Order: sequence, then structure tokens, then C-alpha cells
Amino acid sequence: MNEFAWLVPLPVVLPLVGAGVNLAAVGRTRIQRAVSMSVLTAVLVVTGVLLFAADVRGPQVVQVGGWAPTEGIVLIVDRLAALMVIVSTVVTMAVLRYSIGQGRSSFDQESDGHAPLPVFHPTMLVLSAGVSTTFLAGDLFHMYVGFEMLLAASFVLLTLGGTEARVRAGVTYVFVSLLSSMLFLIAIAMIYAATGTVNLAILATRLELIPHDTSVVLHLLLILGFCVKAAVFPMSGWLPDSYPTAPAPVTAVFAGLLTKVGIYALIRTQTLLFPDGSLNTVLMWAALASMIVGILGAVTQDDIKRMLSFTLISHIGYLLFGIALGSDAGMSAAIFYVLHHITIQTTLFLVTGLVERVGGTTASSHLGGLARISPLLGILFFVPAMNLGGIPPFSGFIGKVGLMQAGVQDGGWLAMVLVVGSVVTSLLTLYAVARVWGRAFWGAPPQPEEGMTFTPARTGKSRAMAAGVVVPTTALVIFTLVLTAVAGPLFDITQRASLDLLLREPYLLAVLGEGFR
Amino acid sequence: MSPNITLILVSSALIGTGVYLLLARSIVRALVGFLLMGNGINLLFMVASGPAGEVPILGEGEGGPMADPIPQALVLTAIVITLAMTAFVLALAHRAWQLGRDDLLEDDEESARIHRRAEENDLAGESEDDADVIAAEFAEEDD
Repeated sequence: MNEFAWLVPLPVVLPLVGAGVNLAAVGRTRIQRAVSMSVLTAVLVVTGVLLFAADVRGPQVVQVGGWAPTEGIVLIVDRLAALMVIVSTVVTMAVLRYSIGQGRSSFDQESDGHAPLPVFHPTMLVLSAGVSTTFLAGDLFHMYVGFEMLLAASFVLLTLGGTEARVRAGVTYVFVSLLSSMLFLIAIAMIYAATGTVNLAILATRLELIPHDTSVVLHLLLILGFCVKAAVFPMSGWLPDSYPTAPAPVTAVFAGLLTKVGIYALIRTQTLLFPDGSLNTVLMWAALASMIVGILGAVTQDDIKRMLSFTLISHIGYLLFGIALGSDAGMSAAIFYVLHHITIQTTLFLVTGLVERVGGTTASSHLGGLARISPLLGILFFVPAMNLGGIPPFSGFIGKVGLMQAGVQDGGWLAMVLVVGSVVTSLLTLYAVARVWGRAFWGAPPQPEEGMTFTPARTGKSRAMAAGVVVPTTALVIFTLVLTAVAGPLFDITQRASLDLLLREPYLLAVLGEGFR
Repeated sequence: MSPNITLILVSSALIGTGVYLLLARSIVRALVGFLLMGNGINLLFMVASGPAGEVPILGEGEGGPMADPIPQALVLTAIVITLAMTAFVLALAHRAWQLGRDDLLEDDEESARIHRRAEENDLAGESEDDADVIAAEFAEEDD
């Protein structure tokens, strides 16, 4: 059942090799672009095969260097990991294409802002490798290493160019991220002290043997670290302050991937290590608070990027809700929603990048009449925005309905409160995006006023809507629609994935072999 | 396993001071806090590895119990990662100092703007006098 296992390390190795080649090819933009795109395409193909293998023949496992799981590192791909890697690679590819089309990596000062930054492509590949590492890791410490890889890359991307705003945003983000990593590391040390292992599969069998109080403390420490990463309220304050300052492609990839890595880690530990669900009530309250507080924040924002950052926090609440239910239906809907949300959030940030190119700003009070300037941009914004708001028949609607059904199935009063909360959040999301839609696309065009720091349609419409940026954005919008079209089969896979997660047996069997009981 | 109390005390002192310094507005102070915390956690791994023992290589020791090698490997990795992060934060602090001649963290402008707007629109905080003024204005309009 393991004949495809040799493919497992490739999603990590290929981007890292690509990053090395890209660093060697600094200054040769064409080579860098060709390397990045071919590496990501290869990863996509490899993960496609792995998803098939994991779906048909069970989880694919590699024991790195031939070491047994008690001593060595284990890489494992099951359905969940494969799905996550596929979606994250698709998103990264679209974002890279967008930045290639943009012809520059950031609005930096050199060469009139058109110089591509030589470190951009290698860093994006390291980010991709870090994200894949986290998804494939079979032990907690390797997961930590993956986190640090993607964090280091994200630090560089966030502070690209080193302008004042980015340094200010970078400092907050860097220290919050470092603190959450430290919490995770403390949790790992404590877990090792209590159980003598960091391997997830062995931990799953050993954590049942230690006193319940001890395991609750370990559980809390882990959840705390992951929730900071996933921007769960009240640990979400850093996100809207740091994301909007970065260049559009960077924000897009951050919004899509970084918080979801925290969610993935939560799903993994929640199902594998702590299946008794003793902290599910706490998670439910956190989910409710994230939804409501996040969306109320979004409603007050004027800047589109900040509005989207707040909706990101609020929709993390949905994911947490699905995880906290602990049921088959809830987990399955949560996985579906993660996949939907990664693509939709990235798409919206890319479209906002287009809005910025056409309108010269992302402050909706200074925008207006965009629908007349560019109807295509209107469609590109409208479709994912409605998808985010959960209008049928889009995938956002399907995911939300799945979550609500799971909540109703659960039947507890708190689950019911959360179902109501998610309906309210959904409506408020619709209000927030509709408000931006109305103001930026249909409102009166902005009147030039004193002290205006931008000129509308700065780059001219034809250059602002250049094919290089519009095509990848359109492709991603179409991909979100494809998610809707294949929602049936996709939901089947997520259902099988969640069943495997909750059973735990396939995972343990794959890592430990027959003798794990 | 009986834990090493000295190591635990030193480690918690380091982590405590580290957290305190991380809360500072100055980037360099926060960096120092991060370093102290990192070292504290490294010590925590040493606590987790249990009592000291012989070299964990077969054939090298004299037959006594070996030290647990895994936490040491983990700590080495953690140290390297901390070093890389330190280098980055130092660069960031230097850049912040280059730009603004200090390394203090500033408030977010957009947040401050929304706070101001919220205060302007705050109806709950209005005194009765204001309400009277508004009522008077309405009365004038009616006339």
C-alpha cells in the first residue's frame, strides 16, 4: 500500500531546491520565473498522485533515513494533507503568476518601482516548502520546524522593501509569531517530558496513559499556540494590523495560507492526540467570539484590505466551529470550508490588488464608479465576494450549510447558539462586502480634493488591467467556481478524510504498523 | 523520572523575564526578551531529557544508563532556528532605527482613525446638555 511513498518528500524538497536555484539565478528574472512555475507545477502533479494514492490505498508514509518512528522523522500524506497541499499549491501558483504579470514584487523605490526584487521568488518557494512541511509532518517537532520555515519566509515577504509602514507592521507580526512559536515549543518540551516522544502516532497511544489533568494542560498549551497562528479571537489583534501593508500578492498568499496552517495543526492534534474533546466547549466559545467580533470589525472598516482581513478572522470562527463539534459531519464540513476559504480569501486579495491598480487606492471612500471603468473587474470582485458571503450556489454556501447541519445534528444548546451566530455572521459578511461593492463599484467617482495622495486610475486602465495580472486572477475565480461544481465529489473525499481522522486507526496503522495496539 | 529542580527554576526565571521584556515597545528589548525566553525553553528540553547519563552512542559508554539523545537533537535545531530569527529581528530593529531614529513600536494609524470615529459617533457618552442642545435645534427647525 506504500508504493507511492517515494513521492511524499517531494512537495518539500522540490520548492527548496527551486529556491536554491533561484538564489543562484539572482538577477535573471526569466530563469527565476521559469524555475518557480515549473517547480510548483511539479508539486501539483506529485500531490495529485499522492491524493489518489492516499484515497485509494491509505496514507503514504516515509520514514526519513530509515529511522523507526520512535527515533526518527516520519512524513505522512493522508487525504487531509494531500488536499491541503494541492489547494495551497494552486493558490501559490496563481499568486506567483500574478506577481510575474505585475512585473515587480512590490512598490519599492528603486527603478521607479518596477524592479523585481531578487529575493521574492526564492522566498515564496521557501514559504511553499514550509507550508508543505507542516502538512506532511508526522511529529510535533517537525511541524514546529515547518512553522518556523514559513514564518521566516513570511517575515521577509511582509517587510519587502523595508518601507516605514511595512517595518511597523512587520514588528507586530514578527513578535506575535515568535511568541506563538515559543508557546508551541514549550508545549513540545512538556509533552516530551510527559510521554518521551514527539511522534504524533506514538503520542496518540501514549497520551491516553498519562493522568487526565496533565493531558489537559498539554492540550491547552498546544491549542494556545495554534490559535495565535490561526488568528482566533482574542489572539487575532495582530492580523488586521500586519496584513494590509504588504504588496497585494504577498497579502493574498498570507491570507490564504498562514492562518490555515494553524487550523490544520488544530485539526491534526484535535483528532489524533486528544480525541476525547475535553476542550471542545472552550473552542466553541472562541469560535463564536471570532465570528461575531471579526465581522463587526469588518463592518466598520473603510479600507477593502482591512475589511477582508477582519472577515478572515471571522471565518476562522466557522472552521473552529466545525472542529469543535468533534463529529464526523462537523469535521468534514470544516475541511471543505478550509479548502474553500483558502482559495476565496486569496482570490479576494488579488482582486483588491486589481482594484488598487485601477483606482489607485483600496480605501472604499476614495473609490467609486469602478464598474463603469472596468466591468470585468466588477465581475471578478462580485463572484468571490458573493461566495464569501455564502450566497447559493457557491461553495461558501455549501460549506456553511454543511457546518450548520453538523451543528443542528449535534443538538446541544451551545451548538445551536453557534448555528445562529454563523447565520448572523454570514449576513453581516454579505453586508460588509455589499457595502464595499456599492461604494467602490457603483458610487459616484471620487472628486479630486486637496491633499489627495493618489491619482485615480494612476496607471491608466489598459495597463492596470494588463493580461498578466487579470488572467491569473480570473483563473483563480474560475477555480473557486470549480470548487462549487465539484462540491459533491469533494465533499465525499472530505467525508472519508474526516472519518479516517476520527477513527485514527488508518493513521496509526500506517505509521506504526500492525503492532501498535 | 525525578525532574531537575535547579534547571526548572532557572528556566522559569528566564522565561518569565523573557515574557516581561517581550511586552516592551522597544524592538531591541523585545528581542532580548525573545532570546531569554528561547534559552529558557532550551533548558526546559534538558529537563525533559531526564537525568544525565553516559554518551548515547553504543560501545562508547561503560554499560551505565545512556542520556536521552532526542531532546538534545531537538534543542540543537531550536537553537539554530532562534539564531536565524534573531538575525532577522536585529535587521528589522536596525531598519526601524534607520527610518525613525528610534526603535519604538508605533500605534497603527488605521486603528487610531477608527477609534476617533467611534468616539465622534458615541451617542451613549453624551451628557444631558448635549441632548438639550439637539432638542433645541430640532425645536428651531420646527419653527
